[in-house]
Amino acid sequence: MRAARPLASLTLSALLLALFIGIWQLSSLTSGAGDAVVDPEYAALVGAAAASGGQTPFPSPLQVGARILEHLTDPFYVRGTNDQGIGVQLAYSLGRVLTGYGIAALVAIPLGFVIGMSPLLYGALNPFIQVLRPISPLAWMPLALYTIKDSAVSSIFVIFICSIWPMLINTAFGVASVRREWLNVARTLECSTWRTAFRVILPAAAPTIMTGTRISIGIAWLVIVAAEMLVGGTGIGYFVWNQWNNLSLADILTAILVIGLVGMVLDQLLAMATRAVSYQE
Amino acid sequence: MGRAFVSVEGIARRFPSTHGGPPQTVFENVWFGIEEGEFVCLIGHSGCGKTTILNILAGLDRASEGAVVVAGREIDGPSLDRAVIFQSHALLPWLTAGENIAFAVRSRHPGWSRAQVAEECQRWIDLVGLSAAAGKKPAQLSGGMKQRVGIARALSVQPKILLMDEPFSALDALTRGMLQDEVNRIVAETKLTAFMITHDVDEAILLADRILLMTNGPNAKIAEVVVNTLPRPRTRHDVHHLPGYAELRNHILDFLVDRSKRLAETMPSGWDPRRIPEVRPAVPA
Ligand SMILES: Nc1ncnc2c1ncn2[C@@H]1O[C@H](COP(=O)(O)OP(=O)(O)O)[C@@H](O)[C@H]1O
Ligand SMILES: [Mg+2]
Repeated sequence: MRAARPLASLTLSALLLALFIGIWQLSSLTSGAGDAVVDPEYAALVGAAAASGGQTPFPSPLQVGARILEHLTDPFYVRGTNDQGIGVQLAYSLGRVLTGYGIAALVAIPLGFVIGMSPLLYGALNPFIQVLRPISPLAWMPLALYTIKDSAVSSIFVIFICSIWPMLINTAFGVASVRREWLNVARTLECSTWRTAFRVILPAAAPTIMTGTRISIGIAWLVIVAAEMLVGGTGIGYFVWNQWNNLSLADILTAILVIGLVGMVLDQLLAMATRAVSYQE
Repeated sequence: MGRAFVSVEGIARRFPSTHGGPPQTVFENVWFGIEEGEFVCLIGHSGCGKTTILNILAGLDRASEGAVVVAGREIDGPSLDRAVIFQSHALLPWLTAGENIAFAVRSRHPGWSRAQVAEECQRWIDLVGLSAAAGKKPAQLSGGMKQRVGIARALSVQPKILLMDEPFSALDALTRGMLQDEVNRIVAETKLTAFMITHDVDEAILLADRILLMTNGPNAKIAEVVVNTLPRPRTRHDVHHLPGYAELRNHILDFLVDRSKRLAETMPSGWDPRRIPEVRPAVPA
């Protein structure tokens, strides 16, 4: 692929965004006039009053923009358990993700290291990993709620269980595929097991390990929204669910935008970390 | 006859067959010695088992039978006293050239301060002419520069024995020649014992005191030892003018072209793997 000029790409991005918002604005103006047309199924879902209410149920970009501005000016308010600022909700979600993900990293990276260094363990544990990995993390939720009996901790557990696999598999793979000649260098230099592990294997496998951590954070951020919708209480996922109950689509759209932006920041942070440990052979 | 400084005593290496048959014997009953301070080259065709022998000497691989005795003690794994220069240089790509050397220096002297390690590295960097490249990663270095780092790394642990597996085969002729001269000089100055695999006949004649000729595999044998009687010091510029050079070279080439294959089928009667015949082609009959 030829590298495009960054300015040209940026201009095109801005144009596309403007076009999208323009079409959205236009369509909300035209459908606003004929609000009598109500999909019966939709009416059944949200209640007839809301569906055929005084204004179009789907907000215009201007309305959403105004709502975003409101959230941005006061992101951290707390007015009772069901009415907290989007910043507060995000902090809850991020806290859970980072806790579950952090614990997963603390388990997966050392364990993956050991598995990668031992072909015996690799073979023995691989079937379990292959079965556990494709399980939707939400399938663990009932089990977690039953055994842990705490919804917040259960969400953290679900994050833990979904983010552990990519890190475990990538670490084990990265460690197992360290070039034989680098290990031979360490052997001829009579490096201790620890020195070999930290000075040769770890840096050699670091890019693969970091790729695993990057995949994991992406999955964890996807899962937390669903988990919080399920268990409720706090968090950005709960916020979305709650606004759905309030029928506040502008709030939902705000939350969707924020979820996307935060996910992108998390991903970019780990992409930077991956680049920092990458090397060219 | 006493034991040589490095004494290879009846080693064999077999690999399990891929489909349940009998194990594949790369070589067996290999005996040879290397005296202290001697430079020995091993020549043979690809796949005959040269790297396997070197890896066993390095302690990176284990012989299926037999033993390697160094300075009176059977070796049991790799050692800082036996440094290896790898064919593929095997530099750690996440470290700079200088850091690669420092890694080796620190292995030899774990108690040294940062300054001591830096000073020792600098000495080796200067010695192999790497000053401009010390801060660069291997990926930014040319093949010749990388192999210089490999040489400096191997020598910086101050080994007793230097093992080299076709160290210059991936380099262009000019660079190869320069590095040959450098290795020749350093090995002579430091009185290292050296064992080098090569398939470059001129390289072997320039560097080696004795040249082991290995027949084709499987079941490869060291058929003959060529004693290099050309006087030292030798340099690339004058070695091919020395009397006897042509005879030496032709003898080895004849072996590679023809006899390595014929001898692989039947060794001459009376050939004893423990007393490999020595020949001196450069000495007029
Ligand atoms: N790990 C291994 N498993 C099976 N066969 C091997 C292995 N390593 C080397 N061999 C075989 O041993 C023979 C000698 O290999 P090698 O020592 O690398 O030869 P050379 O260095 O002389 O080219 C080759 O035929 C190769 O196929
Ligand atoms: Mg080889």
